[in-house]
Amino acid sequence: MTSTASLHSVTHNGRRTDHEAAAANPFTVQGLTVAYHQKPVLWNVSFSAPVGCLTAIIGPNGAGKSTFLKAALGLIPKLSGETSVFGAPIKKQLARIAYVPQRSSVDWDFPATALDVVTMGLYGRIGWLRWPGKRHRAAAMQSLAAVGMQAFAQRQIGQLSGGQQQRIFLARALAQDADVYLMDEPFAGVDAATEKAIVDVLHQLVVSGKTVLVVHHDLETVRDYFSHVFLLNGQPIASGAVEDAFTPQNLQKAYGGRLASTQLQGLAAAAPHKA
Amino acid sequence: MHAFWQAITLQAGYNTALVCVGAAILGASAGAIGVFVLLRKRTLVSDAVSHATLPGVALAFIVGQLLFEAGRSLPLLLTGAAISAALGVLAVDAIKNHTRLNEDTAIGTVLSTFFALGMVLLTVIQSLQVSGQAGLEGFLLGATSGMLFSEAVLIAVAAGIIGAALLLRMKEFTLLCFDEQFAATSGYNVKALDRTLLILLVGIVVIGLKTVGLVLIVALAIIPPVAARFWTDRVPVLTAIAAGIGATGGYIGAAISASAPDMPTGGVIVLVLFTLFVISMLIAPARGVLAAALRHRRFQKVVHLRQGLLSLAHNEPVLEPLTARLLRRNGLLRGDGRPTPEGASLAHKTAQDQLLWNAYKQQAPEEALLMKDWSLRPIQEVLPPDVVKSLQDDLSLDSAPSANTLRSPL
Repeated sequence: MTSTASLHSVTHNGRRTDHEAAAANPFTVQGLTVAYHQKPVLWNVSFSAPVGCLTAIIGPNGAGKSTFLKAALGLIPKLSGETSVFGAPIKKQLARIAYVPQRSSVDWDFPATALDVVTMGLYGRIGWLRWPGKRHRAAAMQSLAAVGMQAFAQRQIGQLSGGQQQRIFLARALAQDADVYLMDEPFAGVDAATEKAIVDVLHQLVVSGKTVLVVHHDLETVRDYFSHVFLLNGQPIASGAVEDAFTPQNLQKAYGGRLASTQLQGLAAAAPHKA
Repeated sequence: MHAFWQAITLQAGYNTALVCVGAAILGASAGAIGVFVLLRKRTLVSDAVSHATLPGVALAFIVGQLLFEAGRSLPLLLTGAAISAALGVLAVDAIKNHTRLNEDTAIGTVLSTFFALGMVLLTVIQSLQVSGQAGLEGFLLGATSGMLFSEAVLIAVAAGIIGAALLLRMKEFTLLCFDEQFAATSGYNVKALDRTLLILLVGIVVIGLKTVGLVLIVALAIIPPVAARFWTDRVPVLTAIAAGIGATGGYIGAAISASAPDMPTGGVIVLVLFTLFVISMLIAPARGVLAAALRHRRFQKVVHLRQGLLSLAHNEPVLEPLTARLLRRNGLLRGDGRPTPEGASLAHKTAQDQLLWNAYKQQAPEEALLMKDWSLRPIQEVLPPDVVKSLQDDLSLDSAPSANTLRSPL
């Protein structure tokens, strides 16, 4: 399952140094198990995000996709499991992580402007007892511009549309300037143009060497947007490049009877030429 | 009236002046902390905290009386109050975390139990027939009349320290209140931040017991931020206004109470705060009731004007009286019901804008439904440029009417 990641870390003389191994594993989860009220949601899930790739986490409703991200980040209690980021425990590497929660997880009537929220992405770097200055506001404006929202900087966040709010969340993550981006359903309830804008930003991130992991539920767009997939249904089903892992057999395993066979054929037919 | 004037201008003696200033600092700090308690949606916790202080006050009095024969020492009583308030908060958290009961239920249980215990202990103290117990009732409703100079200094200094501590961590508290998950993944210790906020709240409640009383101290943390919320949509401004309202309420309330010693200080302060709340609710420009009514009126005009212009664009007669009046008043419609040249031109542009809005609604029905500006303002003012561009491309319009040419005449 981690073959994609390890391919890149073999040096010319065939030996891997610890440093290189760490650089090749931006986000690795080992044996993650989570239960809500004695009901296991995730069972012994291990996964390593392919470095510098755009990966979709897919699976049916209730498969634990969001739970996987939250538990891996330590936001909710887990029964077992470890997360490492570039070879070190995640707790020490949070500066290299940017997390985009679901849009519905916050109260948008909060007294803040779009710029205020994006500036929150810089708080970790501003430090204690200091206030965001001109430099920070300029950096936040740049992130806003990257998602086409600079004209809305002074707007109260409650007055923004759902798609605009999602762009603000993405801009906040961009302001963090992390190496690994973890996003929970960034396309939920957004308009087509926003979806395209977000995908463009994600591709730019990957081009500049970042690793991006996205909880996604629209199977139709997986092939268009992502290079890698991680199929999850409580347990890991498959992971790898889209052409290898996004197969009718694996989808059948993950979704069971929930996908009609015609749908499976359709998704498989979209497959590009195979070797 | 004369006595009140003297008190409010700080001329009614050094002691009274200090009590007034102390109450103002107390009100400012409580209001500022209240902002974050409100934004964290934990206003009810402050009620649990205040009621949970009573058994601590009573026990501290008994212990002080037994050990030093000086039960009324304010620092001792406040220490007892702080300890039992902290136990109350821990009890609420324990019930919330280890059972399936929600926070409201936990607060209700803890609040009434601690208060009941406190009342029983107070009755026990009364039966002991010891001296100095008369002052204890002041902790229920607040009394500044018999306050010692040292007590007033203690309250002013402690409230000032708590307010300053809040200001130092304001940025982090804001993040905690808006998006706890993001705060955690940004490397902040969310639990510690939450606890710090609670400690500050417990601190200000305990400090305020003597002045406002435990029944009403919660109002000092709730009313100022709620009133301030009518005025602004920014956290730093909100904190400043809440502190200002709290300070005004504390100062005027203490001055009134000083000039009429029979009045309970807590009650007077809360009534002053409530007055400020009502004023804010009515006249605040950002979210006040009057401003909302005016905005609604303007909104109505925008809708009528827009619909009138669309009727003109489709060569339909404008029959609705308000619409026709608005169009005429803006020089868009002639007396005979035909559009003026400006009216025709603006109607055309509005129709083009409406095409884009309709296309957007087809493309993103859910978004459009939730959007409050849908089709009421030029589309460029509402949607990001790339969205507008893709809509234009889809409709193959050369360019949408620019925001300038489509300025609503209102």
